[in-house]
Amino acid sequence: MTSPKLLEVKNLRVEFPTRRGTLVAVDDVSLEIAAGEVLGVVGESGAGKSMTGAAIIGLLEPPGRIASGEIRLEGRRIDNLPYHEMRRIRGRQIGAIFQDPLTSLNPLYKVGDQLIETIQTHLPLTHAQARDRAVKLLEDVGIPSAAERITHYPHQFSGGMRQRVVIALALAAEPKLIIADEPTTALDVSIQAQIIQLLRRLCREHGTAVMLVTHDMGVIAETADRVAVMYAGRIAEIGPVQDVIKRPHHPYTVGLMGAIPAMGHKAERLTQIDGSMPRLNAIPKGCAFNPRCPKVFDRCRVERPDPMPAGNSNAACWLVAKEPAHV
Amino acid sequence: MSLLAEYWRRARDSDIWYSFTRNKLVMVSAAITAIFFISAYGAPLLAPHNPFDLASLDLSDGFKPPVWEEGGEAKFLFGTDDQGRDILSTIMYGSRTSLSVGFLAVIFAMTLGIALGLIAGYMGGAIDAFIMRVADVQLSFPAILIAMLVDGVTRGLLGADKHSQAAITVLIVSIGLSYWVQYARTVRGQVLVEKNKEYVQAARVIGLPGPLIALRHVLPNVLGPVLVIATINLALAVITEATLSFLGVGLPPTQPSLGTLINTGQQFLLSGEWWITIFPGAALAILVLSVNLLGDWLRDALNPKLR
Amino acid sequence: MIAFIVRRLVQAALVMLAVAFVSFAMFNFVGDPVANIVGQDTPADQIVELRKSLGIDDPMPVRFGRFVVNAVQGKFGLSYRTTEPVGRMIADRLPATLELSLVAAIFALVAGIPMGVFAGLYPNSWLSRTMMTVSLIGVSLPTFLIGILLIYIFAVILGWLPSFGRGDTIKLGFWSTGLLTVSGLKAIILPSITLGLFQLTLIMRLVRSEMLEVLRTDYIKFARARGLSNRAVHFGHALKNTLVPVITITGLQLGAIIAFAIITETVFSWPGVGLLFLQSVVYADIPVMSTYLVMIGFVFVVINLIVDMLYFVVDPRLRAQGRTSGSK
Repeated sequence: MTSPKLLEVKNLRVEFPTRRGTLVAVDDVSLEIAAGEVLGVVGESGAGKSMTGAAIIGLLEPPGRIASGEIRLEGRRIDNLPYHEMRRIRGRQIGAIFQDPLTSLNPLYKVGDQLIETIQTHLPLTHAQARDRAVKLLEDVGIPSAAERITHYPHQFSGGMRQRVVIALALAAEPKLIIADEPTTALDVSIQAQIIQLLRRLCREHGTAVMLVTHDMGVIAETADRVAVMYAGRIAEIGPVQDVIKRPHHPYTVGLMGAIPAMGHKAERLTQIDGSMPRLNAIPKGCAFNPRCPKVFDRCRVERPDPMPAGNSNAACWLVAKEPAHV
Repeated sequence: MSLLAEYWRRARDSDIWYSFTRNKLVMVSAAITAIFFISAYGAPLLAPHNPFDLASLDLSDGFKPPVWEEGGEAKFLFGTDDQGRDILSTIMYGSRTSLSVGFLAVIFAMTLGIALGLIAGYMGGAIDAFIMRVADVQLSFPAILIAMLVDGVTRGLLGADKHSQAAITVLIVSIGLSYWVQYARTVRGQVLVEKNKEYVQAARVIGLPGPLIALRHVLPNVLGPVLVIATINLALAVITEATLSFLGVGLPPTQPSLGTLINTGQQFLLSGEWWITIFPGAALAILVLSVNLLGDWLRDALNPKLR
Repeated sequence: MIAFIVRRLVQAALVMLAVAFVSFAMFNFVGDPVANIVGQDTPADQIVELRKSLGIDDPMPVRFGRFVVNAVQGKFGLSYRTTEPVGRMIADRLPATLELSLVAAIFALVAGIPMGVFAGLYPNSWLSRTMMTVSLIGVSLPTFLIGILLIYIFAVILGWLPSFGRGDTIKLGFWSTGLLTVSGLKAIILPSITLGLFQLTLIMRLVRSEMLEVLRTDYIKFARARGLSNRAVHFGHALKNTLVPVITITGLQLGAIIAFAIITETVFSWPGVGLLFLQSVVYADIPVMSTYLVMIGFVFVVINLIVDMLYFVVDPRLRAQGRTSGSK
């Protein structure tokens, strides 16, 4: 990798203390994002993708907490910052986009006021300057007659338009990284592609890196530079998107790829991974995927694999271990 | 006998019992409520004195402070009032009146509310609209005001003498009339749900009276919410009764409730005989708080869609 | 918007008519008031004269017409008890009740909202827990008991504040106010706390639960993710969203406050309309009772109208709905 590291996550572990013991939602996750890069994070619901994103931006919902590991932004450690310092990073350095644009905007404030408020929180601009910038941002995200729409309330926008407003809000203070948590899941299918394209175009123009959390492998294939596949709170495989898609090493990734309908392969049946992801309170010993893995062998059931080099990627699977332990 | 044992076993396995045993505050409330019931309804047997037996009263026993104060006497635990009546005994007899009025008012409100709710829900149309509009308007007026109006009107109708003879009945009716709305709303909602179900339609087709069928299916469904409303209403009814009696438009001093006792005791507060009013007041507050806690818990435990 | 206001005004007028009808029915069907006024040895001709002066023997339609016409002009007849004009009796005492209610409502809001916000923001702090427990006790204590306790503590034991009356009042035109004299201000403290305490606990609990709910919403999470300050998130974004239910309940409670003033006024011998109403109930003084009912009905209707208007100010979604449904 040539570009400098923007974000570095090392051995991140997120825990949820509950009455019936501690749940580990994110376990020993390490990843990096370079400036301007789009990292896709895929996995089923509950795989820990959103939790990783929330931990990075410092908005884990209590009682969730970072138990160990570290998060560095441009080399500076940010996971242990006091609240008011982390607040200045949010929006200014790291932006966020959430799943549902219908509920992401405060219904009682005009979209312009929400933009201006965000801009003025982070940038030393007068109200008029902030307003001009807000109009410019709305134009950038493709909202027609932005100067007029700025005085409208969220309920006067359609779902797709609202997500554009949300993107404008996330970009308002030119953050270096945006964490987009399933930004298109709640939208109409016909609008999803537009929003993803918009996000990609804007980030390229502004040089913003994106951590794109989704369960849609198709979106990743189109948008991301690199991809991290998560399973049961751990990273199963991480690497350049073309390598992971064309030459997946982890059996789970192989299964995920089998579940994508490919253009021009009408006759091929979509495959499906048998079983379901374990609950957080019942993660099996060894490799978390072992009960569902078609290629499981003894070592998988006792010893947990860490991500290890496999081609251009890293995969947490004993199959790719340089010295296979199985006899 | 074995049937009883069976019920007991089932009750113990239920979620309600589980949540009951896990909540200490609720258990204490239940115990206090039970103590109130026993001492109120067992007052003739349990009370140390009979405050209404004029022969046993001695004016020289008047204004005795509680036993732990200077001048208190062992036979009057919480002291005595101006006429030498034992405060503890008057509280026990007074709670009996308060609880009885509360219960009967709740039953009256419940019957009225369920009946009107069934009628409104089942008949629909103008009758429904009329009943529910009345409910809306009445709900925006505080219950105590409605109870006072009803009381004042009956006083005008009956004249002062007959009114005080019928005081308890008047009080029950006027409190009951001010709390029917919630039952009616709950029942009506459930009727609307059940009315369109197939069994009611089918029953109609074969000529069974629809209302009867609906009634049989609606009542079990609303039992939980109605029980919760009734418990909370019991607390409200006891407060309302006490307030009315305190204001002098409830029970006369010859049939004292906790409210009447507080009212008659209030005049001695300024001269320092605090126990005459503070003890009945504390009894009222503890009773209402316990019943309220029970009602809150019951609402959470049965979890009907109520807020 | 205008269509909506007109519709609400029509509804309000209908409610007032219904209340007036109940009032009139009370006049009509509630028995002989003369028996309450006269002594047993009053001569018969004096009774006849009294009946005539009170207008009791006229036929019903006449009485009905007279009732409506007079009510619109603010004339509600003579009290059976004092034979004074009821309108003036009420007008004389209304300032006392309104001042008491207003001070109580302000006390409930000014103390209740911040307490609720605090309890909502820090639900696990010991202060929040204490406030919640105390408020449950507050809800269970009847108003008159709170009044008696306050009198016992602050008037009897400590002797700081008066236990009855309004203190000195100053006449401002037709309005007599107790808020401009030291003794008047001292006198209003205990009654307004008594009256406002229940409302305070209600508002506090409401704001708390609304706050907890709003703080869980996505737009609050998104506001935090944009790096807005805590103050902007809590008091700008969260509090404003809790306001709609708070306005509703406060509006309804304002009416309840005026009605509950009956109790407070009795405990503190406060010379307001509540005390007057209580006396009229005791004496079955129907004209005063029915006038009080009309007055309370009017206050409720006005408050409801104001509450509806306030919704429009607070919630832009309703403005849009009002517009679309109004244009239909």
